[in-house]
Amino acid sequence: MTTANQVLSEVEFEVVGTRPVRPDGVDKVTGRAQYGADLDLTGMLQARVLRSPHAHARIRSIDTSQAEALDGVRAVVTAADLPLAALSREDLGNDYNRFKFLSDNFLASDKALYRGHAVAAVAADNAHIAEAALSLISVDYEVLEPVIDVRAAMQDGAPLLHDDLIHTSAMGEVSDKPSNVASYMKFEKGDTAAGFANSDVIVEREFTTASVHQGYIEPHNATAHWRADGQINVWCSTQGAFVVRANTADVLRVDVSNVRVTPMEIGGGFGGKVTFYLEPVAALLSRKAGAPVQLLMTRTEVFEGSGPAPGSWMRVKMGANSAGKITAAEIELAFEAGAYPGSPVMQGATCAFACYELENGTIEGYDVVVNKPKTAAYRAPGSPQAAFGVEQVVDEVCQKLGVDPVEFRLNNAVTEGSRKVEGPVFQKIGLVECLEAARNHEHYRTPLAGPNRGRGIAAGFWMNRGFHSSVNMTVNPDGTVNLIEGSVDIGGSRASIAQQAAETLGISYEEIKPQVVDTDSIGFTMVTGGSRTTFATGWAAILAAEDVKSQMVERAASIWDVPAEEVEYDDGVIRHKSEELSFTFKDLARQLYTTGGGITGTASLDPTGEGNSFGVHLVDVEVDPETGKTEILRYTAIQDAGKAVHPSYVEGQIQGGAVQGIGWALNEEYYFSDNGQMMNSSFLDYRMPTSLDLPMIDTVIVEVANPGHPYGVRGVGEVPIVPPLAAVANAVGHATDQRLTNLPITPGSILEATL
Amino acid sequence: MPGLVHVTTTINGNQTDFLCEPRQSLLECLRDVVGMTGSKEGCNDGNCGACTVNLNGRIVTSCLVLGVEAQGAEVNTIEGVASAEGLHPIQQSFLENAALQCGICTPGFIVAAKALLEAEPDADEARIRHWLAGNLCRCTGYDKIVRAVIDAGERMRA
Repeated sequence: MTTANQVLSEVEFEVVGTRPVRPDGVDKVTGRAQYGADLDLTGMLQARVLRSPHAHARIRSIDTSQAEALDGVRAVVTAADLPLAALSREDLGNDYNRFKFLSDNFLASDKALYRGHAVAAVAADNAHIAEAALSLISVDYEVLEPVIDVRAAMQDGAPLLHDDLIHTSAMGEVSDKPSNVASYMKFEKGDTAAGFANSDVIVEREFTTASVHQGYIEPHNATAHWRADGQINVWCSTQGAFVVRANTADVLRVDVSNVRVTPMEIGGGFGGKVTFYLEPVAALLSRKAGAPVQLLMTRTEVFEGSGPAPGSWMRVKMGANSAGKITAAEIELAFEAGAYPGSPVMQGATCAFACYELENGTIEGYDVVVNKPKTAAYRAPGSPQAAFGVEQVVDEVCQKLGVDPVEFRLNNAVTEGSRKVEGPVFQKIGLVECLEAARNHEHYRTPLAGPNRGRGIAAGFWMNRGFHSSVNMTVNPDGTVNLIEGSVDIGGSRASIAQQAAETLGISYEEIKPQVVDTDSIGFTMVTGGSRTTFATGWAAILAAEDVKSQMVERAASIWDVPAEEVEYDDGVIRHKSEELSFTFKDLARQLYTTGGGITGTASLDPTGEGNSFGVHLVDVEVDPETGKTEILRYTAIQDAGKAVHPSYVEGQIQGGAVQGIGWALNEEYYFSDNGQMMNSSFLDYRMPTSLDLPMIDTVIVEVANPGHPYGVRGVGEVPIVPPLAAVANAVGHATDQRLTNLPITPGSILEATL
Repeated sequence: MPGLVHVTTTINGNQTDFLCEPRQSLLECLRDVVGMTGSKEGCNDGNCGACTVNLNGRIVTSCLVLGVEAQGAEVNTIEGVASAEGLHPIQQSFLENAALQCGICTPGFIVAAKALLEAEPDADEARIRHWLAGNLCRCTGYDKIVRAVIDAGERMRA
């Protein structure tokens, strides 16, 4: 590897920490990997979804008769076909809101709440016929005034999305008055007012960020077959097959055992494929048509009908003393949930000040529904927005105090034992090590010369997740091991999990054969998301390998007719204490079938102890004073990975996250008309970064071992998208001498600020 | 319902006949009629490059070409990049440089990069970034893809 990518290792292993070729690699470079849209089943129909052209409208009636009469149309469904239609508020009791919100986002019943909201679907002999049939469905809408801005939606008298369903719940109290504010939260530590009183400088600013899309290149897809015996088989692009199974069963009111979900290869997700949109609709169409149905979204549907990350408004205030210590900080965050409650404002709130040792702090958050698609997770959900505000305010505090922004952050950095505003105490973490790596980096030590140029730095935090994972490992007679897992491989996790299995068994990486299987074929496994897969499924692989090891030891003991306690497993060799008797893994594997049968190790666990992640990014930009265009000159991303199992894929996560953050900072936004129509729902107009917009993204992997994992692993996927928004904004700020507080920082907004 | 058109074309060196509707794109014909699903649909409007194929020596987004335009043409797709001898150096280089994460954009990148390196095996970083700007990748930030193409050029020159 080039020196552009450094790994600062403390501990070395045999297999963990190496860079093997991924097991699914050949299929993916030859076009043979099977993604959801590549599936073809005998007699399969194609389906399309009719979506609301209005951002807010009451649905008076839907007439599908003409569409049904079209040649080649096999089934049409609306919300009337979902179980919700036959259930009353009384039937559902306390579950009414949750169930209605879940069901309505698949097919709207009484109201369309965003442009692109699904209202009907058609299955036909081919997609062209299905599309033609959509125009024959007539929907009688009563068009209502939409509200698409988070602050406008919070005002008294704003149009209400859910009539009387949402009442603000705040700190255990529920308001009498219907509202768009679904919930309010507040965390306090120390005495914030007193902290500000003791400060020498105070910076207070407001910030906004636009809705942005995860931007996975593969559109959502689902194929379903509702068999005559009631079994529903689903093939789809998802980050979590078991979540699809649970929610499909829930919304269709069938038992989970009647739903089998096969996760196909997935063409990107970034959190956006934790949520799903198509599977129950495809299943309903399949039941009606009596044939398998495939439902593919178009790119426009992906933008208009699947989850963006929330637009947000924030107010951040921070005080510091002349010794360079933060004395108090507060933040208010209002996040757009989209059409239904559930924005990641809580995560934004708990990440906001996580990098700073804070004696006195106040955090308030609002979850607000607006007439936009229901927001979905996007890589460290909530944290990038919060960091965009906080890290700019920190930068401005540094300017006012005249201190170096890395030194200031080191002076205030959280360490093991620090207590966050909302309560948790940090275990072993690597923020200081990341900041030191930044300070020592050649990038930071090289002054940035030239006009219209600026350097920005920002830090970021993500807590990471544990959650449930399962792995089965079966020993083959040739000494290889089949590894069966439920974690969808979205970026190389077959490799990182196989490496941990190989390390534990003391055999080679090539001897582990990983497979991702369907929900009938492995124990419960949560989503590939939350930066949990290499941590938690890796841990399941380690435990399954330990199970294999102990069974191998017992088998050897039985073959040798000695007590198992006298046999030990030593780096791929099974040895009797006499040292006269031993088997290599391969020797014993060959004899398994004739000495008592095959061996399968299993593990199903819900590990805690996921280590938190921190990242520090450095960026140099040049702003063209005439056009306002920002060019990224140089970028360095530093991150604590605990232990990088496959450093190339860790670098890939860091680089990919950084570039998504650069896009969020400079280009990307949902551009809405006043009546809530997205005006840029194509890749041409929703401009994601291309190869031409970027330099190489240099990385430094810092390894501060996570004590909560056998090899010290921390999740790595999410934190790299947290710092770039603010790092770029800080750099542009230094290049232009203006604070850019609204995202995206477009050429137009720069010219407006500077001319 | 429009009638079907008989198209005779050459795909990856093999004469191929298929029937399609005049409105069907080459991408749709490859995937749904011929059954070659290696070319991917990411946008269906020519902006993502996941469906890139080589048509008569030029790379095109096959979603913007009609199937009937393939009549008498030479079409080369991702399925024809590897041979019985093994992977193409670009494919090997993508694997060894970890230049893919989810893999959905990979076929398009490989077909596009192959066209560049066959004409200009010594293409530098700036040239590669310019050439590949029509292919979107959301996972990698392009760093490892660009490095893989530089590396593949070295392998092809060797």
